[in-house]
Amino acid sequence: MSDKKPERRDFLFTASYAVGAVGAAAVVWPLIDQMNPDASVKALASTEVDVGSVKRGNTITVLWRGKPVFIRRRTEEEIKEARSVKMEDLIHPEKDEDRAKNPEWLVMLGVCTHLGCVPLNDKGDYDGWFCPCHGSHYDTSGRIRKGPAPLNMEVPKYEFVNANTIKIG
Amino acid sequence: MKNLIKLFYIISFIFLATVHSQSAEKVDYLKTDWSFKGLFGKFDRGSLQRGYQVYTEVCAACHSMKYLSYRNLAEKGGPEFSIIQAKAIAASFEVVDGPNADGEMFTRPAKLSDKFVMPYENEKAAQAANGGAYPPDMSVLVKARGGGVDYIYSLLQGYEDAPSGVTLDEGVHYNKYMYGNKIKMSAPLSDGIIEYGDGTVASVEQMSKDVTTFLMWAAEPHLEARHRMGFKAIVYLIILTVLVYFSMKKIWSRVESEV
Amino acid sequence: MSDHDYTPSSKVGKWFNDRLPLLTLANHLTDYPTPKNLNYWWTFGGILTFCLITQIVTGLTLAMHYIAHADMAFESVEHIMRDVNYGWLIRYIHANGASMFFLAVYIHIFRSLFYGSYKSPREIIWIIGIIIYLLMMAAAFMGYVLPWGQMSFWGATVITNLFSAIPLVGEGIVTWLWGGYSVDNPTLTRFFTLHYLIPFLILGLVVLHIWALHVPGNNNPVGIDIKKPSKDTVPFHPYIVIKDGFALLMFMIVFAFFVFYSPNILGHADNYIEANPMVTPAHIVPEWYLLPFYAILRSVPDKLLGVVAMLSAILILAVLPWLDTSKIRSAVFRPLYKQFYWILVADVLILGYMGAMPAEGLYLLIARVATAYYFLHFLVILPVLGFKEKTIPVPLSITESVLGGTPNLAAARNRESSEKLK
Repeated sequence: MSDKKPERRDFLFTASYAVGAVGAAAVVWPLIDQMNPDASVKALASTEVDVGSVKRGNTITVLWRGKPVFIRRRTEEEIKEARSVKMEDLIHPEKDEDRAKNPEWLVMLGVCTHLGCVPLNDKGDYDGWFCPCHGSHYDTSGRIRKGPAPLNMEVPKYEFVNANTIKIG
Repeated sequence: MKNLIKLFYIISFIFLATVHSQSAEKVDYLKTDWSFKGLFGKFDRGSLQRGYQVYTEVCAACHSMKYLSYRNLAEKGGPEFSIIQAKAIAASFEVVDGPNADGEMFTRPAKLSDKFVMPYENEKAAQAANGGAYPPDMSVLVKARGGGVDYIYSLLQGYEDAPSGVTLDEGVHYNKYMYGNKIKMSAPLSDGIIEYGDGTVASVEQMSKDVTTFLMWAAEPHLEARHRMGFKAIVYLIILTVLVYFSMKKIWSRVESEV
Repeated sequence: MSDHDYTPSSKVGKWFNDRLPLLTLANHLTDYPTPKNLNYWWTFGGILTFCLITQIVTGLTLAMHYIAHADMAFESVEHIMRDVNYGWLIRYIHANGASMFFLAVYIHIFRSLFYGSYKSPREIIWIIGIIIYLLMMAAAFMGYVLPWGQMSFWGATVITNLFSAIPLVGEGIVTWLWGGYSVDNPTLTRFFTLHYLIPFLILGLVVLHIWALHVPGNNNPVGIDIKKPSKDTVPFHPYIVIKDGFALLMFMIVFAFFVFYSPNILGHADNYIEANPMVTPAHIVPEWYLLPFYAILRSVPDKLLGVVAMLSAILILAVLPWLDTSKIRSAVFRPLYKQFYWILVADVLILGYMGAMPAEGLYLLIARVATAYYFLHFLVILPVLGFKEKTIPVPLSITESVLGGTPNLAAARNRESSEKLK
């Protein structure tokens, strides 16, 4: 008897499979999404940092969203060095003027863009940072100059709340 | 013998039912229509916002809500204050933060990510300030009480003069819905104790309903999402069940036709 | 294990199968000849597999967020409920999943009791099943401790104290279980570890359970041995797969109602109060699925004997294949056993109800009678019934009309023995 109406039977089985597959996919999503940042992590506020006591030529490291942020108060030479570099010499061309709105202050994530290590201060061939993991050299603007890292160190969203306080995030 | 079994079943169930009705000290809670019950139940935003006002102006003097954050007030499915309102609410509380660069703790206005500020430093301090009774944290209070929302709603309106023959110690009050009828909390609500921003008359009944609604949301912040998803899931399951049922009939018809 | 030789059609398949016969296994599972008269009570094996997998998957994801520390466990559960993406859904599935798991396992067990599925040659399947059931209870109990609410804490205290009933070494064992002088953080962390481990043990035992099942094949409502494959059987796929699938979907609808519309109804309100070693809740009750045994424990007025009675109530099931002396499997052909079967069901339900009531007065009396009857059923009624009962003649095959080939020996033997008794 089943041979008489092959279309209906085919439709039934196809529909069952299709609807079942949609359901399975819908069930999988919550199981995947639960590993994404949760509401409390997403809500984690900005960090305010008092930089009043930082002297020129010094770097402080603060924690923001579980990552180190370098805040460097640059010397005049460092600024000059950073701003005189030619764009074509850069692996990842970015103007220092865009990276440090206030030239005295460089704020960036202290995370090597190669594989996520924390570079060392005042090291390397370009007077900036040097990543000990795989030998990436960054200049005084935190831009990648030599080594395996593909990008400059990331500048997060930040603002000066007042002359001595930086709000990151 | 078969009838004997049936008889046995009937007798035992009647018996259990009577035993049950005698045993449980049946308390008839006050009833009201909760908007969040049922298949499509949703919270009444106005009620939630008023409820928050009751909580923060009355209950929060003694009761903490340590698992809630100010950001929750602006989240979907809750009181849905605007972000600006929620930020303002948060900023009206002081929280201790730190240590700062000098290693000292400092206070600052609360932010959305901060947890609700607690009225007491710790449980011991709360007990000390309340004659030895700890005002329970209200984050999941509705789920932590057998009668749920009806119990809380009734309790808030259940204060009475003690009937003759019942003696109350100093600082103990009579409440007909409280387990054992004796409660350390004095009647928290009275008509007009607060003034609602939206002009609703702040009767004890109204405030009880609002604050209970708020507590229900606090305990089940995803209730609306749960109801929405539940309806979809069950409709989906029914459709698939019907499809599979007919597929099954088809497949089994091969066997049955052979027999 | 192989019912017929199987050779993969493709070259690659053959190459692989010669080295690891997974395809032979898959072929065995799909072609596995299953009695065609299995009713819906037989679908609970598949449903239980679904329950186990659901519990493992949701448990695994919850473990990514849960913190097994006495100071943080309760808070981490609230964190899951409030902040983790779909955390509320996963936790409610896991919590209600435990209840659904037990609901299914009780139906599965009582189906075996009705149709005599525990009898020769299926004793090993049955005993593995009892071990799985014991492990399920252990896993469920330890899982209930993890949220670190009042019922978690006091349930853990009461259940671990059962071991103190053991003469001489009891106290030492309890201290050892606790890792301290009361239920505390060390207890919580070890319970979490074991709660994580046990489901995988169960999974392993389920494989053995199914393996042991596939040796003699399924029992069936008629309770006779069948020739396989034959007119009495259908291949597992697609016939049984689709039927199990349909039953599973019905089961999931019930499951979904609990998860989405009354997720806390099977739990206890007190478990939303954080554990407090200074205050015991007014009524301590275990989860519903443990209530019958709890009633048995409380109905015995002696500490040690109470524990012994409770354990015996479970372990007596392990020797059930030898307590039941009847040659006939299915209750369909055992008119008297059928009556006693339903009395036992009622007895267990009454025990469950009494387990939820305070242990005093009339409740206690009823619980004692029900406890006595429970043991009477297994120790006296079942063995005697096998000799005294007049059974109804058992058909020779599922499809009575299909009588070709050798007559079914077991069925014939059953018929003879039942006639002798007449």
